[in-house]
Amino acid sequence: MAKIIDDETIENVCILAKLSLNEEAKEKAKEDMQKMLDYVEKLDELDTKGVEPLSHIFGDQNVFREDVVTNGDNKEAMLANAPKAKEGQYQVPKTIG
Amino acid sequence: MKQYETVIGLEVHVELATKTKIFCGCSTEFGGAPNTHTCPVCTGMPGSLPVLNRQVVEFALKAGIAANCQINQYCKFDRKNYFYPDNPQNYQISQLYLPICHDGWVEIETSAGNKKVRIHEMHMEEDAGKLIHDEWEDCSLVDYNRSGVPLIEIVSEPDMRSSEEVIAYLEKLRCMMQYLGVSDCKLQEGSMRADVNLSVREVGSESFGTRTEMKNLNSFKAIARAIEGERERQIELIEEGRTVIQETRRWDDNKESSHAMRSKEDAKDYRYFPDPDLPPIHISDAWIQKIRESQPELREEKLLRYQSEYELSAYDAGILTESRHLSLLFEEVAKLCGNPKKAANWFMGEVLRLTKDKGLDVEKVSFTPKHLSDLISMVEKKEVSAQNAKKVFERVFEEDINPVAYIEEHGLKIVEDTGLLNDTLQKIMDENPGPLEELLGGKEKVFGFFVGKMMRELKGKASPDAVREALVKEVERRKNQ
Repeated sequence: MAKIIDDETIENVCILAKLSLNEEAKEKAKEDMQKMLDYVEKLDELDTKGVEPLSHIFGDQNVFREDVVTNGDNKEAMLANAPKAKEGQYQVPKTIG
Repeated sequence: MKQYETVIGLEVHVELATKTKIFCGCSTEFGGAPNTHTCPVCTGMPGSLPVLNRQVVEFALKAGIAANCQINQYCKFDRKNYFYPDNPQNYQISQLYLPICHDGWVEIETSAGNKKVRIHEMHMEEDAGKLIHDEWEDCSLVDYNRSGVPLIEIVSEPDMRSSEEVIAYLEKLRCMMQYLGVSDCKLQEGSMRADVNLSVREVGSESFGTRTEMKNLNSFKAIARAIEGERERQIELIEEGRTVIQETRRWDDNKESSHAMRSKEDAKDYRYFPDPDLPPIHISDAWIQKIRESQPELREEKLLRYQSEYELSAYDAGILTESRHLSLLFEEVAKLCGNPKKAANWFMGEVLRLTKDKGLDVEKVSFTPKHLSDLISMVEKKEVSAQNAKKVFERVFEEDINPVAYIEEHGLKIVEDTGLLNDTLQKIMDENPGPLEELLGGKEKVFGFFVGKMMRELKGKASPDAVREALVKEVERRKNQ
């Protein structure tokens, strides 16, 4: 059986996703996540012994670019996306490392 | 008290010397105005797609091969998920499952002899942006110029036992990266950063103690102090019967102490998974072979060659190869003047003296090699006095003047012309009748007085030998008159 999404799991997922949910939303999220896990559990029926984990479905390999500067100063256009900017920088809530 | 042993492993981040970022065509140049080197990719805009810079793979391979690593010929990138404003994608593209290089070693030199430090792995990843705290508005400001700058993280095994070994290891890596041209490894500019994993255990114990990770170490001295401080802190805890907690600590070099950065409650859970935007990399045997063949001569090889080919002492060879930049300049001068020993003397003496006196970074020393080789040749041919040559070299060192033209223009060339020598001698003798009488009377002491006067008058244009010879001849002539 799939992992049971209990209160502790949903709390932890909220912390990792930086979400604060009220009780009602939490219950709803628990239900949804449980459904997803149950659905994916179907895959466990397959025998995958000896099958290499697949990370990419296309056969592409070695897609490179050469080390040449192609971008100029995009500051104005980039900062236009920011909710708040100050002195050419993105302004965010106080964050200390 | 019990005897304790310190066990240290390092995670070293090295910024690669590529022209552009790892996944986009933005410049990596240090010191640009904030956010002038950014684009949708390195600021994590939805829908933007990363494309890997081939040079990053090449540099990682060069570093891995130099550090005797195995290469994962099939490797890929993974996403490391965390939220922080310096990380605009909310994940860092890194390598967890299949790092490009693994299981290598480097040899370090310590006062107790040589020692191997094993490399667990080297992986490629992207750097984060820079956060500055704004006191005025009590907010933080982000500059994404550094976001997406390519890094390799070099993870050692816990093989070091003292700060001396750690510094030797870091110096070894720095020298290696600089020689390979992979990174300039400037600690002050953050292009080389080290996190220290440290634990203590009783001497003789086989098992490891609980380790802590220390961050924010930006000079070799700070690293040495942080290691001493953390060792003492852990021993004190153990002696008091308390336990060391596995945590990340931030070193404050001003206070010479560290404090816990992250508590155990939000222990790392980065939910790594393969990055679907970046296809895997296959590194062929031919590619590895090509890199092996293009590896430059590393310091160890240069050291031996300087002793055998140039017949320099181990000490001189050691100093001259400390910086690859300086060693290449030296080799060029040695080749041009055909006299490696003389060239080495100039570098060990004048070049390094001036570098130190002017407080210059040795990497910034720059002059046309031919200018120094010309000067060396002129001294050898006795066309300029050693003393004047040193003075002229100061101008070469500072302004890269052409010494041959300068010597010519300033009349510093030693003259074969005995006419000038004789004229000057006559003039000085006429001006000093008293001492001249004494000289002719056989007073040897006055001889030096005349040589000195001559040298001063001729400003080094004649060699002391030539002046002495002319003086002896003239005295003989006058005596016989």
